[in-house]
Amino acid sequence: MACDSYRGKIDGYADGDLSPAEMRAVGDHLRECPSCTSDVLARVQWKRTMKSAGTRYSPSIEFKRRIEKTLPAQKTSETRSGWRWGWVPALSSIAALALLAVFFLIVFPSLQQKQTIAEIADLHNSTLASATPVDVVSTDKHTVKPWFQGKIPFTFNVPDLANTPFTLEGGRVAYLAQSAGAQLIFKTGNHHISVFIFQNRADLHAGTGESSSKRLTFNVETFSEDDLRYFIIGDTNAADIRALSDLLKSAARS
Amino acid sequence: VPDENLSRGSFEELAMPLFDSLFNFARWLTHNREEAEDLVQETFGKSLKGFESFQQGTNFRAWMFRILRNTFLTSRTGLKSGLTVSLDSDEQSESILPVTSETPESLLLDRANQQMVQQAIEALPVIFREVVLLSDVEEMSYQEIADTISVPIGTVMSRLARARNALRTGIIKKQQGV
Repeated sequence: MACDSYRGKIDGYADGDLSPAEMRAVGDHLRECPSCTSDVLARVQWKRTMKSAGTRYSPSIEFKRRIEKTLPAQKTSETRSGWRWGWVPALSSIAALALLAVFFLIVFPSLQQKQTIAEIADLHNSTLASATPVDVVSTDKHTVKPWFQGKIPFTFNVPDLANTPFTLEGGRVAYLAQSAGAQLIFKTGNHHISVFIFQNRADLHAGTGESSSKRLTFNVETFSEDDLRYFIIGDTNAADIRALSDLLKSAARS
Repeated sequence: VPDENLSRGSFEELAMPLFDSLFNFARWLTHNREEAEDLVQETFGKSLKGFESFQQGTNFRAWMFRILRNTFLTSRTGLKSGLTVSLDSDEQSESILPVTSETPESLLLDRANQQMVQQAIEALPVIFREVVLLSDVEEMSYQEIADTISVPIGTVMSRLARARNALRTGIIKKQQGV
């Protein structure tokens, strides 16, 4: 019954277009309602898919140049103000180029990586909120690994979990940047950990090496091995995430 | 109030960052590259000419998209697009399809389905296609969309809900091979 009064606001919430009071009210409800939370996550995934599918067409460079030529030149008064100040625009250009370089070499990749980690956190969340978190339910790595055959364009090794605090719960196919990959669900204590494995492509924006971070109280580790990119995420402590990450690395190298 | 400090140089600074988005939107509206280029070119011409009447402090992006849309509506393709379809029921309350594991959201994320989504967007009537693109691709707020297409905000919400339902229905039918 409570859900009925929020159902009509799910789109507005996912669009970020409710009043602050409504956003708070829906947020409070979501904390107590897995069903509506799952709906919101589905809407968010929908918007992502729409954004990706809808950003489809790009203008040609020739067309862009043609339009730029029709526009009047930028303010030219500065360049006419005298030779003494001629170095100012040149210096500004150099400074702007340096700033652009810093942005594209350091800031932009970092922002993109944060976006990827945010998507990983969303995938992990939506899996746990789902009524059927895994498509192959098994604690046996010899059942889970073959299940992915034909479903994803690569194979991977599942670590041996004997004498470790981890148990395998199963797996499912996950998608990131329109690419299919594997999602394995592990458990340690009462904590669930998702391991995402994708082909290591530049458009995953996962960085080039290993890194660990914290995102909305989730601990996240990522590394690459054999052209595959691994993401390990869960609400357990960083040491557990690192331990599972090490087990995955060993298995990948075996 | 027209802002006398807004120079033509500042028009370029404001308008060029929108160039790719305007072209993408134009291409979705026209279904044709040449027509989209003509539409964007005309939009830039009109907006540059009318830039002095642009009110600083109002939404420049919505202003540009509105000029593009209005230009499209008066074009041959725009007139043929049948914008009046379904306008009569704009204000009707919209029941939103429940999102469950059976709805297409969970199936949308692979490459093949992305093509299916694009086909479903293309199949939408213009009045639905434009709101869903402005909301989900351009990430405009409901108010910005209302300013762009010159309708009340309630109409935007109603059309958006109907557009999304139509998309879901279209995708489910394609998935079921209907």
